[in-house]
Amino acid sequence: MGDLFSNFLTGSVPIEAYLGVSLIMFFAGVYGFLSRKSLLMILVSIELMLNAADINFVVFNRYLYPGQMEGFFFTLFGIAIAACETAVAIAIIINIYRNLTSVEVGEIDEMKE
Amino acid sequence: MAEQIIFYILAALIAVFSVLAVTSKQIIRSATYLLFVLLGTAGLYLLLGYHYLFAVQIAVYAGGVMVLFIFAILLTNRPGENVKAERKDRRIAAGITSVAGLAFCGHIIYWNVNKAYTLLVPAEQKVQDIGLKLMGTEKYQYLLPFEFISVLLLACIVGAIMIARKR
Repeated sequence: MGDLFSNFLTGSVPIEAYLGVSLIMFFAGVYGFLSRKSLLMILVSIELMLNAADINFVVFNRYLYPGQMEGFFFTLFGIAIAACETAVAIAIIINIYRNLTSVEVGEIDEMKE
Repeated sequence: MAEQIIFYILAALIAVFSVLAVTSKQIIRSATYLLFVLLGTAGLYLLLGYHYLFAVQIAVYAGGVMVLFIFAILLTNRPGENVKAERKDRRIAAGITSVAGLAFCGHIIYWNVNKAYTLLVPAEQKVQDIGLKLMGTEKYQYLLPFEFISVLLLACIVGAIMIARKR
């Protein structure tokens, strides 16, 4: 980490700076996932965590294997899968709201139909 | 020089807004902070030289997913009502869990990651290469996952319509 300060504005951005950003994003997502009651807030937290994982794929690809594109494609497919998952989850949430008029996890305790 | 300054601005933006997104009381504000985080991530992709991912992130996340979120919030949220949080002991437990995880992973990154790696000169990534690798069937080429993603998207569309339609 000494390099981080000596090269603060001269060298290239160190890999652990990128990893630190995604680390903060991921654990903010973990905190929101555990501490919120609304299903939509839980979904926001999941988006944060997926996004942090995508950043890690790209950063490892760029820094460790710059000639290859594996991390790039994992991120591309990860974004597509996250979009799918969000669409289905929001459909389920809207359906739950229509049936139970609430999106709080504590109040959803019966299976409709 | 400029790269470092842009990176640290983006990093500070992402850190602040991702914490705000999970602690904000109003859900529409959380969605807005999430939008800022996603745009900052797109900036990081641009900084790393992945221009195609930058465009995909803006189009899919900041465009599509955020519109879905905002529609869902407007459909399910009663106006003027704040989001309820969990009980206080659970919130403290969640905070301890995430701070402990942050400290553990931060320790691993601090002591182990910076030993071996430095950034090589970023090579310009051609969109032509992306297309060829995405459509090829040889080693390190991705036609099969691409087709799986298309089937997954189709199943997701059908499933979302089936779940959310009025009966």
